[in-house]
Amino acid sequence: MEKQMSIIETSHVSYDYIRHDEEGNVEGTMRAVDDVSLSVEAGQFIAILGHNGSGKSTLAKHINALLLPTEGCVVVDGMDTAKEENTWEVRRRAGMVFQNPDNQIIGQVVEEDVGFGPENIGIPTKEIWERVEESLKAVGMYAYRKYSPNKLSGGQKQRVSIAGVLAMHPKCIVLDEPTAMLDPSGRREVIRAARALNEVEGVTVILITHYMEEVIFANRVFVMDEGRVVMQGTPREVFSQVERLKQLRLDVPQVTLLAWELKKSGLPLPDGILTAAELTEELEKLRSSGADA
Amino acid sequence: MSDKISLKLEHVSYIYGADTNLPVRALDDICLEIPEGQFIGLIGHTGSGKSTLVQHLNGLERPTQGTITYDGQDIWAKDYPRKQLRSQVGLVFQYPEHQLFETDVFADVCFGPKNLGLEKEEIERRAGRALELVGFPKEFYGQSPFELSGGQKRRVAIAGVLAMEPKILVLDEPTAGLDPRGRDEILGQIAHLQRETGISVVLVSHSMEDVANYVQRIIVMDHGRVLFDDAPHEVFSHVKELEAVGLAAPQVTYILHGLRERGFDVDVRATTIREAKETILQAMREDGKC
Repeated sequence: MEKQMSIIETSHVSYDYIRHDEEGNVEGTMRAVDDVSLSVEAGQFIAILGHNGSGKSTLAKHINALLLPTEGCVVVDGMDTAKEENTWEVRRRAGMVFQNPDNQIIGQVVEEDVGFGPENIGIPTKEIWERVEESLKAVGMYAYRKYSPNKLSGGQKQRVSIAGVLAMHPKCIVLDEPTAMLDPSGRREVIRAARALNEVEGVTVILITHYMEEVIFANRVFVMDEGRVVMQGTPREVFSQVERLKQLRLDVPQVTLLAWELKKSGLPLPDGILTAAELTEELEKLRSSGADA
Repeated sequence: MSDKISLKLEHVSYIYGADTNLPVRALDDICLEIPEGQFIGLIGHTGSGKSTLVQHLNGLERPTQGTITYDGQDIWAKDYPRKQLRSQVGLVFQYPEHQLFETDVFADVCFGPKNLGLEKEEIERRAGRALELVGFPKEFYGQSPFELSGGQKRRVAIAGVLAMEPKILVLDEPTAGLDPRGRDEILGQIAHLQRETGISVVLVSHSMEDVANYVQRIIVMDHGRVLFDDAPHEVFSHVKELEAVGLAAPQVTYILHGLRERGFDVDVRATTIREAKETILQAMREDGKC
């Protein structure tokens, strides 16, 4: 805890799921997270990648004390999550948004849903409304404040879920596959909202996803496999390793893959191209230098 | 009438709450034909009418207007055996693994054909073939479906529908929530079984890349109507229209449009990585010659 800069610090965190038989006796354990030490600085946009069953969701649930480590310790904003007296404060500071928007919205009206969290922690009414307004504006859903949530699209519902977390004034928000069930425009809306939270509001964002394109703006990417962090770095560093990611059942953004394929066919392109603009620029350089494929 | 079996929708409309003061037209004058042996992608934003359309394909919903025929017969005619239709047009819903329930994999896949009242031998033949078609390893037939990985569970669930030996298989987002490799494996397997069996597959998907990679025909829905119904190259050439209805073109298509703007002589109709690679390499080669 010496470094005040890091908002999340996990040291040697392991987590075992315990299997019970029908009588409730312990049958065995399964290590889902295995000796993970990582640190996230306040204000960063972090992405966690990993195949199904790699332990990324289990790790994420440690950040707001939904799970407590079997071994090691998790410190969120200076608080040890394993101490019971910290639980609620940890959850207020680190909010979570899950995959299915329909499981997260409870209000009959959008603004009521967003106000539910602050109301629960006893915020005065006037301030609740202020928070609802600013949160809905931050995710671009203020115009829908009087709507019934079931009239909204998937992307809009997810943005309402994010506003609900935001109204708690968290320092950090964990998004666990928030776009898995959305159509392309819904995915764009949610990612745009997450980036705005990070850049404008300064909230630390931790995004878990199977869509590689969504993480190219992250400050740092962690890749998990068998409960461990097996790769970490900037998106460019991580996505330069196409073969390694494929071995880990993952992928790279389409443009990165295309550049990699072109390179294999003989075009001298750099590794880790992340955007269409970069690829275009590199191809223009090649063209003007007269290089032949 | 052709001798090949096909499912035909003629001027089909469906209105939710027709007898209320807030009727919603979920399908609006749909005309389409699903012949034998096609791999079709069905795309559209949330609420575009895709799911309602899918529910009409095997008679789960009844059109408010228009007719649906299967093999030349009106499926809503009196005495039409709709129960049989449901084994001919198999539906795999989203997250189908939530519907697994038997004690072992093989028994779960047998459940459908068993309900058709088939002989034990035939039931087991079908279950075995279905599991083989989805690439499920034989040594795990006796395992509890709940102990499998997400991707394997989904294979078992798809096999359960395949064991009914449908002529048309409709899959509603079969890759939702799977990791990239899992996505590729499931889609590869579906493409393989489509070729192997010659049935038609309708793939409902939110991934333009997946659709571009696998299907031969794309149906785009918007506001309950069919906006496009054409080959992928044609459909994805309407980038602006697709964006206007909450969809997009595959990412490589955007890259190629960008290159074209900068004077590269690339074919912007490429929709897959391989096609994009070919056309870029060719453009670079020609430039080199100048």
